[in-house]
Amino acid sequence: MTDIKISATALTVQPCIDWALSAKSGGIDIFIGTVRDMTKGKKVVRLEFEAYESMAVSEMKKIANEAMAKWPVHKILIHHRTGVLVPGDIAVIIVVAAAHRDAAFDACRYAIDTLKKTVPIWKKEVFEDGEEWVAARP
Amino acid sequence: MKVLAFGIVKEIMGGASVAVDANISVAALQASLEQQYPRLKQLSAFMIAVNGEYAGPDVIVKPGDEVAIIPPVSGG
Repeated sequence: MTDIKISATALTVQPCIDWALSAKSGGIDIFIGTVRDMTKGKKVVRLEFEAYESMAVSEMKKIANEAMAKWPVHKILIHHRTGVLVPGDIAVIIVVAAAHRDAAFDACRYAIDTLKKTVPIWKKEVFEDGEEWVAARP
Repeated sequence: MKVLAFGIVKEIMGGASVAVDANISVAALQASLEQQYPRLKQLSAFMIAVNGEYAGPDVIVKPGDEVAIIPPVSGG
């Protein structure tokens, strides 16, 4: 079972955990990516996330399905924010439920690592003295 | 036909979409876009998506396809 979402409004952790909990899943692994207040020594004012939504959802579904095929996991949830976020805000939540912890940890790491490589979402870091699209330039 | 632009590409092109010729390969489309917008060459790379899937260089872009320019992604 999967739950994939791009959201323009605040992500909340507890409903994601509630969705994942069940008696058959003895291991629930959660990754929460938040906005850091500093990048390379510079103070971050805000991040602006933009997504190619239809493709982002389909790429996130692919990741969840691949993870379900690779590891014995029961449920995978991937929620990602768009819009303007400030330090401390939640940008991404990934929850994996499995019978045992190894599969949950492995699938969760796979999901976030792959998301960062393939899902068409972009973030612009805005500092006090400038701004930059992350990873855009060599 | 129209090509969708996101992130830094949207800023380079000055809008969320740009008109291009159809019935050319993805590689030819990338070359043509670089010629039209030289700042694209300053990117680490950019991919083309056709109908919501990453497309290889030999894929032919046809009228009616949804085509998008995908600069280096940075979600998470």
